[in-house]
Amino acid sequence: MPPKFEDEASNRKLCIIVSKGTMEWATAAMVLGNAATSEGIELHVFFTFWGFDAIINKRMDKLKISPVANPSMKIPGTEIGMSNMLAGLPGMTAFASSMMNKEMAKLQVPPHREFMEMVRDAGAKFWACRLTFDMMENTMGLTKDDLWEGVEDIISANDFMELSEGAQIIFI
Amino acid sequence: MATELIGGVELHVDDEGFMTDPSEWSEELAPALAKEIGIDELTDTHWTVIRFLREDFAKEGQTATLRRVSTMAGVPIKDLYQLFPKKPAKKMSYVAGLHKPVGCV
Repeated sequence: MPPKFEDEASNRKLCIIVSKGTMEWATAAMVLGNAATSEGIELHVFFTFWGFDAIINKRMDKLKISPVANPSMKIPGTEIGMSNMLAGLPGMTAFASSMMNKEMAKLQVPPHREFMEMVRDAGAKFWACRLTFDMMENTMGLTKDDLWEGVEDIISANDFMELSEGAQIIFI
Repeated sequence: MATELIGGVELHVDDEGFMTDPSEWSEELAPALAKEIGIDELTDTHWTVIRFLREDFAKEGQTATLRRVSTMAGVPIKDLYQLFPKKPAKKMSYVAGLHKPVGCV
């Protein structure tokens, strides 16, 4: 029998909540999102709190991974964890980020903005958290125009509950 | 290993129905494979994708991912989803007589 492509896809729905704006977690969200859409799964991605870095235009191209307080990150080529003293030196976050960017590019992982566009083109919907938006509006004068154009709308927690009815949810 | 008769040809397939021997595939077979999964007509862009997949597989030994097809064959992601609805990565591989892509992105 040929693969039953349509049947398997029936009505499955996934919501990913992105609460972190670091390079590794934003990427994790898009890897899963891209996998979901290519399996025919309806996908909604909801950005909240620090996750806003992944949808703020002037920040989303400069996501970083920090070696500080990250015992999983080893000194390259060794099994030695990076001490916070070393990790905290000026330039270490930029260094780690540029290294991760290069490694991801080798594996054909697109840069964050391009990855988001790819998943949007595959039919996913992107949403921004109302409370986070309001807070950032107050503290830094954030406007809707500052957000990536792929964001459908700014929605409340209640809106999200309606949206995610019947969905599987991944919290990142 | 299971075999299946498609387009009048006996093909070796895996548990999911993907062809396991790329050499059993020919361009004449693609329309029959496409019909099996509900694609009634192969357009020029379908063929661009299928031929790229075959050439790339011959070189790399792996089925290209959507991202790779889109950047290297120049077919936008949106179009891939229209050409091979719902599950483009699996469908394009199936029609090209290859196993589904292994890569994540």
